[in-house]
Amino acid sequence: MLAFLIKRTANAAFVMLAVALLAFVIFRFFGDPVEMMVNEQATQADRAELRERLGLNDSFVTQYTRFVTNAAQGDFGISYRNQQDVMVLIGERFPATFELVLVATVISLVVGIPLGVITAVHRNSRLANALQLGSIVGVSLPSFVVGILLILGFSVSLGWLPAFGRGETVDIGWWSTGLLTPSGRAALVLPALSLSTFQITLVMRLVRAEMLETLRSDYVKFARARGVPKARVHWVHALRNCLMPVITLTGMQIGNLIAFALVTETVFQWPGMGLLFIQAVTFVDIPVMAAYLMLVSFIFVLLNTLVDVTYAWVDPRLRDDAAKAGGANG
Amino acid sequence: MTDPVLDVRGLRVEFPTRRGVLTAVDDISLTIGRGEILGVVGESGAGKSMTGMAILGLLEPPGRIAAGEIRLSGTRIDTLTESEMQKVRGRRIGAIFQDPLTSLNPLFRVGDQLVETIRLHTDLSKSAARARALELMREVGIPAVEERIDNYPHQFSGGMRQRIVIALALCAEPELIIADEPTTALDVSIQAQITALLKRLCRERGTAVMLVTHDMGVIAETADRVAVMYAGRLAELGAVEDVVRRPRHPYTEGLMGSIPSLRKDMDELQMIPGAMPRLNSIPQGCAFNPRCAHAGPRCRRDTPRLETTGAACWLALTGETA
Repeated sequence: MLAFLIKRTANAAFVMLAVALLAFVIFRFFGDPVEMMVNEQATQADRAELRERLGLNDSFVTQYTRFVTNAAQGDFGISYRNQQDVMVLIGERFPATFELVLVATVISLVVGIPLGVITAVHRNSRLANALQLGSIVGVSLPSFVVGILLILGFSVSLGWLPAFGRGETVDIGWWSTGLLTPSGRAALVLPALSLSTFQITLVMRLVRAEMLETLRSDYVKFARARGVPKARVHWVHALRNCLMPVITLTGMQIGNLIAFALVTETVFQWPGMGLLFIQAVTFVDIPVMAAYLMLVSFIFVLLNTLVDVTYAWVDPRLRDDAAKAGGANG
Repeated sequence: MTDPVLDVRGLRVEFPTRRGVLTAVDDISLTIGRGEILGVVGESGAGKSMTGMAILGLLEPPGRIAAGEIRLSGTRIDTLTESEMQKVRGRRIGAIFQDPLTSLNPLFRVGDQLVETIRLHTDLSKSAARARALELMREVGIPAVEERIDNYPHQFSGGMRQRIVIALALCAEPELIIADEPTTALDVSIQAQITALLKRLCRERGTAVMLVTHDMGVIAETADRVAVMYAGRLAELGAVEDVVRRPRHPYTEGLMGSIPSLRKDMDELQMIPGAMPRLNSIPQGCAFNPRCAHAGPRCRRDTPRLETTGAACWLALTGETA
């Protein structure tokens, strides 16, 4: 198990180094940072002096090493645009994205799981067929379209919910939360719904497929033969056997949601990391872009590693195979 | 005379399919009295398990009971609604399924599954139900029950799991137990233990048992009477000694001839030529006639019916085949 852990962690570190290299190389081509930092009256000497100070004359390897060393310590430099520490900027924005993703995940589970059970139990019924059809629409619609439709319906026509922003927030330490104020909660509804549409259908389809499998099993039939009421058999005995893959999927999808939130945040002007990134792109704010790329990759790699380690911990066969095959599946 | 525990009359189970209606169980009548073990024997697909599922009211749609009556101690149960039937299953009819490895929910402790079943059918409190669960586990022969009750199914061996399944079937002291191939998935040595346990428990409690199996040996050891099924119909019904020693239906005779024996000196096992017909191609008359050495014209024309006992065979019924 220890060997597996070390191998898996080494893999993760290697992936992060590769991502760092990509981030470093790509953003070298986004233009000359010196041009963006100095004002127009700066002389050639000033520029050369700044270039020297920023270490841009050093060799590629030296610069890359410096980038990685600093990034590992959470130092991505100063935003060109705001002249603020990039990590401080991201730290301010992260809670907004995280709360959005969290609420969207909760919605997708609370709505998706029951829908999956219903479509499996009442398969071939009209309701189930309608839900199945609806789920195809849910999968196919791009999330920005869903967002715009929600704004049109609930903000413009009905005027029930705000169309943009995060409402009032309350600071708890460095974490600013919108969950504690009425306007914060109201502002969260539409973006979270929009972000969760795809997730709901994903969860629903997964639960449906798992349930169809489980409903055929002997222990479901035997539970019925013991006199356990149908509803309890479906919602307790069968459903519980379907949840393992749902938990895995949800864990893996959190990374995706954080990345997808970029679109949703743009549509709803949600002050999260995604919006920060889009604004950074507009202003060629390279340190912010690099930090965002690194952070999202880090979350992905972290989740994947955690899932793999959890599997190995749950399933001893996986663990032994990994030890023998030298972590080939890690 | 009191009503038999189980009284099935003219039971017919049909599966409507796109290519016509398949009859899986055709005109089955049988009774089981208090404390009696009725063996139901036949090949795969003969309709044995289907009969058991029909009695439990657990036929998978589109399968349905098309004709006949099922009475449990005098009251009809085939016409009950789903919620009424829920109070019969587990409470008045216990069930034991073939594969103990898959009959128990893997994510629930065995104690919780026992307590759940007990509390569904009785008014016992949680702690009283747990005490009863411990008692049942002891009764079916599980050692160190105090430690084992909080184990998960995968921590038990196959034989131990089947003991738990039996305990689950006994939770509410049912009048009838339907045991569908209870020993088929087990090792031979464990088979004997489980059969003996089942027999003892039912004798002690006066529970009626319908023992569905394809193993004639298990029937001979355990059952009082035996019903032989072929292609969804009853071929022969009678006391075990009679059916085993003096089979009257040619199919039963063939079945007995195909059991290997250490005592008889046989060069090879006798076989019944051919195979059981598929449900969509059951021949007219006696379903066995294409494979029967004694078949006459009447066997190909009219279907022989079995009353309460005997063989559904024109030869046995009339003494001739014409």
